[in-house]
Amino acid sequence: MKTIGVVRFLGTNCDTDVFKAIDETEGLKAEWLWYEDHFDSDKHDGLVLPGGFSYGDYLRSGALAAKSPVMDSVVEFSKTGKPVLGICNGFQVLCESGLLPGALLKNKNLNFIDRWVDLTPESTTSIWSLTKNTYKVPVAHGDGCYYVDDATLSELKENDQIWLTYGDNPNGSVGDIAGVLNKEKNVAGLMPHPERAMYKWMGSSDGAGFFQSFLKGGQ
Amino acid sequence: MKYGLRVMPKKDVLDSQGRAVKKVLERAGFSLEECRVGRYVEIESDKSKDELMKMADYVLYNPLIEDIHINEIEA
Repeated sequence: MKTIGVVRFLGTNCDTDVFKAIDETEGLKAEWLWYEDHFDSDKHDGLVLPGGFSYGDYLRSGALAAKSPVMDSVVEFSKTGKPVLGICNGFQVLCESGLLPGALLKNKNLNFIDRWVDLTPESTTSIWSLTKNTYKVPVAHGDGCYYVDDATLSELKENDQIWLTYGDNPNGSVGDIAGVLNKEKNVAGLMPHPERAMYKWMGSSDGAGFFQSFLKGGQ
Repeated sequence: MKYGLRVMPKKDVLDSQGRAVKKVLERAGFSLEECRVGRYVEIESDKSKDELMKMADYVLYNPLIEDIHINEIEA
């Protein structure tokens, strides 16, 4: 059984959904982590930073949460090579903390976008690699426009760090990017919400594959 | 000392807020070339401007997408 830590910040609001998604994945067990606490890397096999509006999105989305005490431990944890996943606001926190490249800007059309999208897996060289051609997962965000400069975009392509792209880019993201990986490929972040697509009755069960990736990590 | 920190989106970053404000102004008949929306932070501290820059680097702006300008506004 692998233990996956779920990090809660002030204003995280997808935490319970993520906790359940992990607990209902065979072979995984979820455990809470609190933004004010440090934790020991040995006690977890993976981490998820769920979505929400940490610190009310003050200053920049994810910027204040990225300076929380728990993030010192998240950075240490990421150095062990074990998997870390950031979803929506969790993705923004990982970018602001420097664990992932780029930044998330306001959506191009300024609307809060809440709808289903089709995701195409791009990267094929990590535990996060997905096997189907497309994945139907919902987005729900105001600041989801992924930005990197041209030089960094070329680097991401060269290093196979582009994890997922949108079929129909909803927010103006550079290169239609919906999710990216760090250079070492153990840290992943995406704007869409796989935890909201776990069962057919939810509208899609494609999100389940994202959590199964934790089973592929080393012991 | 009172400092004013002006944070603006970088020139080549899409500033959707500025674009929306420009549209509203133009709809009302105003004429303008460009409108960009940033953030203004005031900090009172007896530290030097260098120390303020360290605060800015730590969290107040994101150099990937923003530029910052620090002014001393009151002794």
